[in-house]
Amino acid sequence: MDVRLSPEQRALRESVIQIVGRFGPRSVRDLDDAERQEKLDAAVEASGWRELRAITQTGAPLASAVEVAIVAEELGRSLADAAFLGPTLAAELRRCSGTTARSHETVALTPDLSAVGCVAQGSPWPELVAVDAGGADAAVLVAAPDASRGVTTAGIGPPGGSVDLTRPSAAVPATDRRTCASEGGPLAETDLMRWTALGLVITCADLVGAMRGAIDLATDYAITRRQYGVAVGSFQAVQHLLADALVSMEGSRSVTRYAGWAVDTLSPADALAAAGLAKAYCARSARAVCETAIQVHGGIGNTWDCLAHVYLRRSLLSIDILGGVGASLSRVLEAKGIGGAGGLR
Amino acid sequence: MDFADSPEEEEFRLRLRGWLEDNNPRLPPSSTSDAYWAGQAAWHRALYDAGFFGLSWPAEIGGHGLPSVFEVIVDEELAAAAAPPRPSLGYLVHGIMRHGNEDVRRRFLPGIVSGRDRWCQGFSEPDAGSDLASLRTRADRDGDDFVLTGRKVWTSYSDEADWCLVLARTDPTVADHRGLSAFALSMHQAGVEQRPLRMINGITREFGEVSIDGARVPATDMIGDPGDGWRLAMTVVSHEREPAELGYVARYGKVVNELADRVRASPDRFDPEQTRDLAWAIVEAEMLRLHVCRRLSERLDGIAPGPEGSIDKLLMTSVEQAVGHASLSIGGAAHDGADETWLKVYLYSRAQSVMGGTSQIQRNLVAGRILGLPSP
Repeated sequence: MDVRLSPEQRALRESVIQIVGRFGPRSVRDLDDAERQEKLDAAVEASGWRELRAITQTGAPLASAVEVAIVAEELGRSLADAAFLGPTLAAELRRCSGTTARSHETVALTPDLSAVGCVAQGSPWPELVAVDAGGADAAVLVAAPDASRGVTTAGIGPPGGSVDLTRPSAAVPATDRRTCASEGGPLAETDLMRWTALGLVITCADLVGAMRGAIDLATDYAITRRQYGVAVGSFQAVQHLLADALVSMEGSRSVTRYAGWAVDTLSPADALAAAGLAKAYCARSARAVCETAIQVHGGIGNTWDCLAHVYLRRSLLSIDILGGVGASLSRVLEAKGIGGAGGLR
Repeated sequence: MDFADSPEEEEFRLRLRGWLEDNNPRLPPSSTSDAYWAGQAAWHRALYDAGFFGLSWPAEIGGHGLPSVFEVIVDEELAAAAAPPRPSLGYLVHGIMRHGNEDVRRRFLPGIVSGRDRWCQGFSEPDAGSDLASLRTRADRDGDDFVLTGRKVWTSYSDEADWCLVLARTDPTVADHRGLSAFALSMHQAGVEQRPLRMINGITREFGEVSIDGARVPATDMIGDPGDGWRLAMTVVSHEREPAELGYVARYGKVVNELADRVRASPDRFDPEQTRDLAWAIVEAEMLRLHVCRRLSERLDGIAPGPEGSIDKLLMTSVEQAVGHASLSIGGAAHDGADETWLKVYLYSRAQSVMGGTSQIQRNLVAGRILGLPSP
């Protein structure tokens, strides 16, 4: 066992830090700067990070989930308003089904974001939401026209409302098509388990990043903001809030590292169990840490122009994607053979 | 980056697993019963004799000179086999190894590691808890000896101990931490009396109170130089805060597995709130196992334990107390006075946010030394 990042993985992290350092938003106002956002998007596109899960000749992805998590963490830390989770999960569905993308794709999820969208034979298309849809023109989902499962694509509306100010969602227009053109596959249940594990790991890494960013923001503020003639960060009441935030971020980092390694290494069931456990821990931690960042900023933290709520909002989206605390705890129990009446539902 | 065993690690794991099949003493949980403490010395020697103790310590003191990831394997296998955790002595070993001279290291360390000599740690005093540097036990030079007088409290394992690593004031003329020195005090002499303290869960074998009244220590049994006591104490407490040193991963894993077995056996007896407490205990205990893997891997870069030990101590505390809450929730508060095991696990868990430095002190350290927040 040696769970340090390799030199290549550290170099990858450095390259993400460089790009988001140049083009990432530094204030709430920056989020409206379309020119900056386009530069960031172009840099992310050119980096090849969105193709880390693209298929290679052996059928394996170009890079493991560990690399994906490294990128996701730094994008979360810097509140990067450039798509990554959506394109990466779309690419993974493409890889598992042996099909190729025809455009800039993201992924379509159920309206509560808890699972991948799926259209079945003879049923009307369900309600769907395309998440992380910035720059995307289509969404990939699972199609099961018969006993076998492939993928299909749906057009999406313009990027719009999302709790997250950095990653817009898009509606998938209702369609009454009774059949769907399924391609590729068949997707096995184990493929979808591994896909879900990857998605959970991306959200965990994003949450770890958001926690780090929120803690840095609040710590800087606590050092500069003065009351009673001293920095508010000198008060133990404030110090202990920030210390607790750092502690839960570090625990989150440890569970996420294992879950990332597990995606491509352990059995699908074990990979999903590790990802569910990590998500439960990260989801609980991230909301509390972002709330702390708002509290430490006092009145300022409750104004739109303070970045603290942008971290909270980004976290709220990542928490819900593929299941938050409750759904993840159910996965934890299921992995221990506890479900049904004894489970949480 | 690899969480999996190397071939050597796997061979070791399987050997240990096989040994445990025949050698698991099946003691009750350490936090709940004096019977555990009665059997702990034999368990220590059995682990040592079979080559499963002190793996990451140097061979010259009875260790095996292996990377510390082998300690993780031991903890995982002990938990999986529901065996008792390994004795937690790392903090004493590291303190003496780092600060003692060669003569001291040679005379004392092999006995600690093998379990031949039992040790306790005499730092805290009735009036010096969090403010350890204000301690008042005195050590006055008298010929070739020092004469010690004072009182120590919260002294773990004092009833079993042959030796006590005592922190005492050798120079009352300088302020606080600068006048302290450390000694190996023999517990078997007139002038040393120990009395067990009964903890809130009723166990009496874990903590003691030690009265020292004119006890003698040869000057050659000073650990480190005169005035080095504070530095030694800081080494000891930084290791005392490390879950990897303490072997607690095994203790938590064992309790969580037993609680999960209970719920699995009769799920209808438990409501969603109880099941949720179990789920969090599972999550927290696994988090600590993975966190220890990460920390031990960082050690491979030569990073010595530093202020992040306070983060680890706080994480360990949240695990212990989540496991405690699950024990109370699922095991119950024993209103009929029957099986108090789970109640005791819960009550014992309250001590974790105090011993080895309170959670409030740890948060002060995290805020000041890691986040760089200004002093109050």
